[in-house]
Amino acid sequence: MAIKKQIQDLQKRREEVQMGGGEKAIEKQEAMGKMTARNRIKALLDHDSFQEYDMFVQHEARDFEMAKKVLHGDGVVIGSGTISGQPICIFAQDFTVAGGSLGLMHSRKITKIMDHALKMKVPLIGINDSGGARIQEGVNSLAGYGEIFFRNTISSGVIPQISVILGPCAGGAVYSPALTDYVFVVENISKMFITGPEVIKTVLGEEISMEDLGGARVHSEITGNAHFYALTEAECFSQIKKLLSLIPANNDRKADILPTRQPKPDFRIGEIVPDDPSLPYDVRNVVRAIVDDSEFFEIQENWAANLVIGFGRMNGETCGFVCNQPLVLAGVLDVDSSDKAARFIRYCDAFNIPIITLVDLPGYLPGVDQEHAGVIRHGAKILYAYSEATVPKLTVILRKAYGGGYIAMGSRHLRADFVFAWPMAEVAVMGPEGAANIIFRKEIMEAENPEEMRQLKVKEYKEKFANPYVAASKGYIDSVIAPEETRNILLHAIEVSGEKSVFLPRKKHGIPPF
Amino acid sequence: MTEKKAMKSQEALEFRKLEIQGVTYLTTYTRKFENRKNWTKADPKKVMSFIPGTIRQVLVKEGDVVETTDKLLVLEAMKMMNSIYPPAQGKIKSVLVKVGDRIPKGALMIEFE
Repeated sequence: MAIKKQIQDLQKRREEVQMGGGEKAIEKQEAMGKMTARNRIKALLDHDSFQEYDMFVQHEARDFEMAKKVLHGDGVVIGSGTISGQPICIFAQDFTVAGGSLGLMHSRKITKIMDHALKMKVPLIGINDSGGARIQEGVNSLAGYGEIFFRNTISSGVIPQISVILGPCAGGAVYSPALTDYVFVVENISKMFITGPEVIKTVLGEEISMEDLGGARVHSEITGNAHFYALTEAECFSQIKKLLSLIPANNDRKADILPTRQPKPDFRIGEIVPDDPSLPYDVRNVVRAIVDDSEFFEIQENWAANLVIGFGRMNGETCGFVCNQPLVLAGVLDVDSSDKAARFIRYCDAFNIPIITLVDLPGYLPGVDQEHAGVIRHGAKILYAYSEATVPKLTVILRKAYGGGYIAMGSRHLRADFVFAWPMAEVAVMGPEGAANIIFRKEIMEAENPEEMRQLKVKEYKEKFANPYVAASKGYIDSVIAPEETRNILLHAIEVSGEKSVFLPRKKHGIPPF
Repeated sequence: MTEKKAMKSQEALEFRKLEIQGVTYLTTYTRKFENRKNWTKADPKKVMSFIPGTIRQVLVKEGDVVETTDKLLVLEAMKMMNSIYPPAQGKIKSVLVKVGDRIPKGALMIEFE
């Protein structure tokens, strides 16, 4: 009989903790359009798969009358479960308990589940919804953040780390998401900043709303801090599930191979790219014409949109795509797009995902703002990332590949395994117009009709050099292929690269131009 | 579908021109690109604020001739009292701030002749 009573007591204790900050706080949370921490976990994980740990943890703070305060679970829920059958570890901050503020025990729960995730080599998902440091716990709460940042760094490149910002995430707290692989944000709910609008107003006199300072749109369009943007928490969770289906559980494995379906016939690869190199098109349609089922899962779609990154499957195997986007800023490389590409290349390399690069760019974006923002330093990241990556690297030059942009975009010289080019590709040191102006400057200037002469020389240069055959004659391009052949040739290239192994000089680590 | 996504569907696009190395490309701009600031050469005759803050002291007036070692102003920002010195020796044409003024970054504070 005693055991029955004890089980009843356990049940009662559980129920109490599961109420978090109590009915009123839950109502308030829901009135803000936010789910509670436990409901979020329920919505994201497979039915009944969640196992919670450290439910009965209590804080030990004594100062500022904290001893009298009971904070259920110390404001965070941790545990493990499965998503589409795949094991994961998760923590979710509970805003209903002391505003999800981070105290010592709260942080210890988070670091416990982080340690589990790293040991078991499963993905870690963190749901952030917190007012920040628990001021009453002083330096202990700072120590807590530090312990989390350290683990984020140590786990980086070993297990996937996903941060979901479903509430405020301010001050030091922002650095955990920033250290993780992917940050998910939701319209009207996510707020991330180092210094809030209040402080900015009192100290600096600048008035700005939370949304304009660090809302979901700002981070997915301006700062690049966020990788995925959703309108609702439910949409956000389905994005997370999709992402997890495409990446491996850890760096020892490859992503799961799924049954293959051909690309949809509506994406006619030969009809997407205009002949005239100055005309735009959406490079994502080229990707869709190549990948299984025409399904392309784009990352950071609204930030630095002049370069497109994302995952698609090739014969069931996940590949990372890095593509210039002529639709936006003519597809130039600049500070942001270099940063975007470099980080993604390193992600793919860390997690054994082959990289497919689609090239069509006029070069780097000219401008004082770019030069002064350090386009040299940032542009170098892309060279570094491609050179260092040892996963299979396949490159297709669709149309233009001029100058430094040609070298940067997964060229042979940075050790692409296979470089293909379409027949209309122009691989040259610069565009025909610019090149003709320099090479034939004298002839053009001295001609009776300079403009006519200029046009003539541009045409001459185009015929001689603006094609893939000069580069092919030197072996910089392995094959010139028809657009319709692209998928099959890439599939073949991936197949023969399956056992690729490359050994780089032994070192502790390189010094990338961070 | 988000506004941005809808905007990007090709039919709704309004193409703009972008010139790179003598070629004019038809493309679209990003919000960041459109909001970029055009560079202007700094005018050595104008003393601008390098940080937003509050003017705590004004130590010079119109017509004063100052050396580079003469303090012009004290600008408080981020709890720091920043002493502002002239970029070169010269005569002050006008002082555009007074004690207590809250100024943004890049505000003209003092102009030299």
